[in-house]
Amino acid sequence: MLGIGVIGPGLPDWAGGQVLLRDLASWQRLATVVPLPSRLPPTERRRAGSVVKASVVVADEAVAAAGADAAQLATVFTSSTGDPVNCHLLCEALAAPQRMVSPTRFTNSVHNAAAGYWHIATQSRQPSTSLAAFDASFAAGLLEAAVQCLSAGQPVLLVACDVPYPEPLHALRPVADVFAVALVLAPPAAVGRLLRLDVLGDAAVTACTDAALDEIRRTIPAARALPLLQALARSDADSIVLEGPPGMALRLHVGAST
Amino acid sequence: MKPLAVSDHTLVTALGCGREATLEALRASRSGLARRDFETAAIGTWIGEVAGIADTALAPEFAAFDCRNNRLAELGLRTDGFAAGVRRAAARYGASRVGVFLGTSTSGILQSELAYRRRDPTTGALPADLHYAETHDIYSVSRYVRAALGLRGPAHVVSTACSSSAKVFAAAARMIDLGVVDAAVVGGVDSLCMTTLYGFKSLELVSPDICRPWDAQRSGLSIGEAAAFALVERDPERVCGWLLGAGESSDAHHMSSPHPEGAGAAAAMLGALATAGLQPGDVDYLNLHGTGTPGNDAAEDRAVCAVFGAALPCSSTKGHTGHTLGAAGGVEASIVMLALQHGLMPAGLNVQQPDPALRANYLAEVHARALHVVASNSFGFGGSNACLIFGAAR
Repeated sequence: MLGIGVIGPGLPDWAGGQVLLRDLASWQRLATVVPLPSRLPPTERRRAGSVVKASVVVADEAVAAAGADAAQLATVFTSSTGDPVNCHLLCEALAAPQRMVSPTRFTNSVHNAAAGYWHIATQSRQPSTSLAAFDASFAAGLLEAAVQCLSAGQPVLLVACDVPYPEPLHALRPVADVFAVALVLAPPAAVGRLLRLDVLGDAAVTACTDAALDEIRRTIPAARALPLLQALARSDADSIVLEGPPGMALRLHVGAST
Repeated sequence: MKPLAVSDHTLVTALGCGREATLEALRASRSGLARRDFETAAIGTWIGEVAGIADTALAPEFAAFDCRNNRLAELGLRTDGFAAGVRRAAARYGASRVGVFLGTSTSGILQSELAYRRRDPTTGALPADLHYAETHDIYSVSRYVRAALGLRGPAHVVSTACSSSAKVFAAAARMIDLGVVDAAVVGGVDSLCMTTLYGFKSLELVSPDICRPWDAQRSGLSIGEAAAFALVERDPERVCGWLLGAGESSDAHHMSSPHPEGAGAAAAMLGALATAGLQPGDVDYLNLHGTGTPGNDAAEDRAVCAVFGAALPCSSTKGHTGHTLGAAGGVEASIVMLALQHGLMPAGLNVQQPDPALRANYLAEVHARALHVVASNSFGFGGSNACLIFGAAR
């Protein structure tokens, strides 16, 4: 694991977030602020949905921290929600008598929109996939990214992001706030934190050490990464269990920082 | 990569249910497309609608999953005894050793599209009978298939638009190679909905005519729906074919138009050849993505000719099935497996006047010929490209 990026409630980025996650006394739950991603061209920067913006922002932080070349990185994007504002507006337009759908809205409705904008902006022709596994989307993405990384023997950028649905969908799928996390994974080497993944059967999922933080973990799919981020914020070795689909969990052994 | 055994496969498209019906239609060069409306969408186009979805009821314990997309998935599972084969594999390997990796682009969004017409006039609330997680949610089809088959292994949905269900083969191959699972159900399910019909229309990519890939007058795609499944495993009792190579790439060019020279598409084809350890001349037949839009076919033609030269026999089967979007990669994997098993190269249907600007060796007629190695292209919005190479059972 070579680089991390994050934004979430009270977590402005990894640089600041890791300090807060180490010592939660100074962390306060504040609404997530999604910065404008300088990576995107000005026209797209404002127009893009939150899921694209947040994904690109955390991807850039992780890539910079890893000292990696974005144009050479394969990517795994994972999200349960995709862009739910776009989806809501499409459903609304399709329920109206004239059914006027904007071409841009349809183009942006694909689940791989964030991946597409990232690869265009970074000019990366490397492989990219976009996944979903409901509340287990982060674990599914992490497993896929680790598998790709070991298969190809190359670094892989993992980006997980979920954003709240507007009403009326919010009532059916309440996602509390925006949460995005990115990790640059590389084959085991001398540098970086060692991560080992084991696929388990039923196992108790690791909660966050703080009730308010755990509330975020439970109410935003991408925030299922928080116990891993807490482990990465500390320097000692740790072992945690992430939520997978029913009957399947993902155990993560996090090595001590070197 | 290590060749991966495909031990079973099936498909349900506008051509009918299962391998036999599909093979018969391919041999007869019969299209399943018809000029008709879908639901209340009267947009004046040809569509590839699957018959029998309405009659495919889900088991009572899966009532919350009831939607067109999951009914289509269920129809696929029942076809050619596919579900029974998966259950046998699960009994052999253990249910937690069998993964489910499926592609879809729109999942069960039709359920929400219909529910949005029935919002509470006062509160705006959606009707209580909309089960979002089990239907509309993008993961719902893998969730349904995993539960219906009693599997307990890793699962996800790949949703990279029209390359989705090709990419799941690559994902499963990696997982099996690294020992995460011993077998996987792969493929794709995508069903007709308002989003894709009106969405592709808004982009002026839907043909008012039947789709005519590689024709000089081609004017867009015909949208279809399909379920396609394959069982891939480490230690098969029988083999239908082998996944020999898989190439994936990104265009890094545009969200809804391919790179004009097909650079990303060529990279995917070269990647597939490299992972298979094959030369371009080793491939006997290529199933094109071939949607029938002017830009897509032109870019793919350049990419194919750049990688394989202009002699490789190729065709698009979108004229048979329509463009089944997130299911297309799985459908065409199943079609090329039939081509390998039965020694036929399907015709590219509906060509009236071949486009003189396109150079690839596009087959206007079905050809009977023993095939050893075949490839299939799948490309999607967001610049997502995949190419799979399959070899005959040996």
